[in-house]
Amino acid sequence: MTTLSSFKGGLVLDGHKKMSASQPLQTAQLPEKLIIPIQQHIGHQPEIIVSVGEHVLKGQCIAKATDNISASIHASSSGIVTAIDEHPVAHPSGLNAVCISIDTDGKDEWRDRNPLKENYKQKDCTELLQIIRKAGVVGLGGATFPTAAKLKSCDQQQVETLIINGAECEPYITCDDILMRERADEIILGVQILQHLLKVKQTFIAIEDNKPEAIHILTQALKKNNSQNTDVISIPTRYPTGGEKQLIKIITGKEVPAKGRPADIGILCQNVATAASIYNAFYLDEPVISRIVTVTGNAINQAANFETLIGTPMSELIDQSKGYTKDVAGLVMGGPMMGFSLQSDNLPVTKACNCLLTKTVTETQTVDAKACIRCGECADVCPANLLPQQLYWYSSSKNFDRAQDLHLFDCIECGCCSTVCPSHIPLVRYYRFAKNEIWAQEKDREKSDIARQRHEFREARIAREKAAREEKLRQKKEMLAKKKAEEEGKADQTDPKKAAIEAALARVKAKKESAAEKPKNTDNLTEQQQQKINEADQRRENNKTKTEDAKQ
Amino acid sequence: MKFNTATSSPHFVRDDGITKLMLQVLLALIPGTAAMFYFFGWGILFNLMIAITVALATETVILKLRQRPVMNTLADLSALVTACLLALALPPLAPWWLTAIATIFALSLGKHLYGGLGFNPFNPAMVGYVVVMISFPREMTFWLLPSTVNPASLNFNETFNLMFFSQLPSTMSWDSISSATLLDGLKTHLSQDQLLSTATSSEALSGLFGRLAGIGWEWINLLFLAGGLWLYKTRTIDWRIPVSMLTSLALVSLIFYAVDSEHYLSPITHLLGGGIMLAAFFIATDPVSASTTPRGRLIYGAGIGLLVFVIRQWGGYPDGIAFAVLLMNMAAPLIDYYTVPAAFGNK
Repeated sequence: MTTLSSFKGGLVLDGHKKMSASQPLQTAQLPEKLIIPIQQHIGHQPEIIVSVGEHVLKGQCIAKATDNISASIHASSSGIVTAIDEHPVAHPSGLNAVCISIDTDGKDEWRDRNPLKENYKQKDCTELLQIIRKAGVVGLGGATFPTAAKLKSCDQQQVETLIINGAECEPYITCDDILMRERADEIILGVQILQHLLKVKQTFIAIEDNKPEAIHILTQALKKNNSQNTDVISIPTRYPTGGEKQLIKIITGKEVPAKGRPADIGILCQNVATAASIYNAFYLDEPVISRIVTVTGNAINQAANFETLIGTPMSELIDQSKGYTKDVAGLVMGGPMMGFSLQSDNLPVTKACNCLLTKTVTETQTVDAKACIRCGECADVCPANLLPQQLYWYSSSKNFDRAQDLHLFDCIECGCCSTVCPSHIPLVRYYRFAKNEIWAQEKDREKSDIARQRHEFREARIAREKAAREEKLRQKKEMLAKKKAEEEGKADQTDPKKAAIEAALARVKAKKESAAEKPKNTDNLTEQQQQKINEADQRRENNKTKTEDAKQ
Repeated sequence: MKFNTATSSPHFVRDDGITKLMLQVLLALIPGTAAMFYFFGWGILFNLMIAITVALATETVILKLRQRPVMNTLADLSALVTACLLALALPPLAPWWLTAIATIFALSLGKHLYGGLGFNPFNPAMVGYVVVMISFPREMTFWLLPSTVNPASLNFNETFNLMFFSQLPSTMSWDSISSATLLDGLKTHLSQDQLLSTATSSEALSGLFGRLAGIGWEWINLLFLAGGLWLYKTRTIDWRIPVSMLTSLALVSLIFYAVDSEHYLSPITHLLGGGIMLAAFFIATDPVSASTTPRGRLIYGAGIGLLVFVIRQWGGYPDGIAFAVLLMNMAAPLIDYYTVPAAFGNK
């Protein structure tokens, strides 16, 4: 047993976990229609490889990862692709995204499965990563970063410690808890695959001490599966212990460098659910087509956990939880500390959807923010050791340089500061605003840099072409002049005919010029005519003076 | 079903707020205030009453002028806290207008001129205190002997007449009623180059010593300390400012006392004399005007402790808390600038 370290700040929150954790794991019913967003992960959008009208089998790849930082998407059940179009999805922006709709045929018919099982031990690293990649495995802790990419980045850096994150520090959520209790063996076998792949020296499975049953079951499962150098560690319940950097600090006492990754200090973290999906990929040849979703909160009649197919409409899970209570007023995807509000429940469940939290009318009422009194409670609870009140001051006054001096980008948006603020200032919202503004400014700067470069390049090109043209012209002129001189020399000597023509041309030209000088009609006037003109001029002059007098 | 997405994470926040913090500060003042009432009589309560009334009135008028919500702001109780702290710092026989002027200045010049709660760079109560301290030095000496050693204590009516109409009871004169505080008396003696041993045994001062420090004051300070500790226990205040302030005052006074006990007061006299505990736990800890970084708070508190010692020992005033606090208020932004803690992963 290792001695635990701790991180500064954090909060002991009411768990509210019992309402869903006390219920057995249920399997959500197969929906008539699955709506599967093709972008469910951080990274690049996969390429759609099915067309409308096509029949697909359960587990069949329908959108293929384009590169390393991308994840494949699979059909969650068998049926017919009815549409590939934009559909509302669960995203903080509330925007639509491309989804593949499948009308299920009710047979739930699998594609051919050829699990590798124990034979993975004979395969090399590249092949193992390929299997993980093909199964569309992403980090199921919430970030949904493609797991193969995370594991691959460890090629260059030796990872000595593997940390399996079962902390589940957010209140209300219990999907990892129930997974650990129900599928401990799968998690352990998945962890063994990771251990084999990374050749780590030690592994820790970290679980918050508010889940004693999960700790007990996993410890038993470790023994049963002969796991070497692996420990289940009970960590104190204090939000946000489940944050990657916080968890590493607790277990190893090391701080991940601010701009670095855990691999920089020889550590890799994976969520327990990710380990379980790696098990599925190797032992069952099943890609990620379902996940456990906690449906909970004070506005649902029966909180529970559901094994849910990706693409199932959330409203169906709500129905299977016996519906909302009368005073429902909000729905959040994720936990109360970091989840985001959903615009409706008519959205598909994705790989990132760990929890659906319902909120009552009273829970959605916001309190008016008062002025910051600099009490510093936010700084006390900040796990990133920042000065939230100063960040707030500079973010709200758009002094972004100073905000960045105070490490704005080290903020993990855990929400501790907003939770304890006695003035009820939505601090995290200000930080998100500041970060977005800074990103937008940087993008603008990049754009203008590119535009400037392009402009300069164009100017240079035009100048270059002009110079080339002039040079060519000069050369041509020189050549012509040379030629002419040569020819003239020849002409003098040899051609009287040409001389005669030239003389004729000169005569014609002279004649033309003299003709161009036409006489004006005022040139040769008689005396009378001149007099008349003078009189007219005199009248004109008089008129002019008259009008000027009138003006004055 | 459609939902409103106006709320963003975190989705649940604390249900109490500034009002509760201020209420706790007010509650924590009760033991010390009771002790002051016991030793100095009705004047303490009149001061509180005047200050509170004037504070609420001033704040209401200014909020109206600034076109801000009145009830909403009054309900945060911050004006009440300012009024109480100011009232407890003023002499118990101060004429009513002195307290009123101090309170008006505290809330207008000290608070709302800068934008109200949260924006004032100086502690409002101390601003009000310093205004009357400089403007009315005579009235600021209207202290009286602690009741336990005072042969001529004033009853309710006598105090009322004295404070509101400047009418002395027929049998008494100002000299028989008012008395210098211990710190004041010691300062006078020391400034005449007397040794402490002679001063303390002098007729005027010998009666002012209690068991540990000034008679009466020792109890007042201990009870404010008790209230302060309760504030710390309820996490209303941070420990850094009071601890560093008291430590620095104790240390620096101990050094000088150890070298020359005939010219410098003992650390105990310092720590339990005057308004030290009230200042350490209730005034210096005003978060708005104090330093806000953890290390900054230690520096800020230590600075106040040191300045209090300097002013008491060598300055022109018997107690220098108000000046010490205001001077450190001025330094707070600079302290904050240079004491930003290293963010996670930046060591």
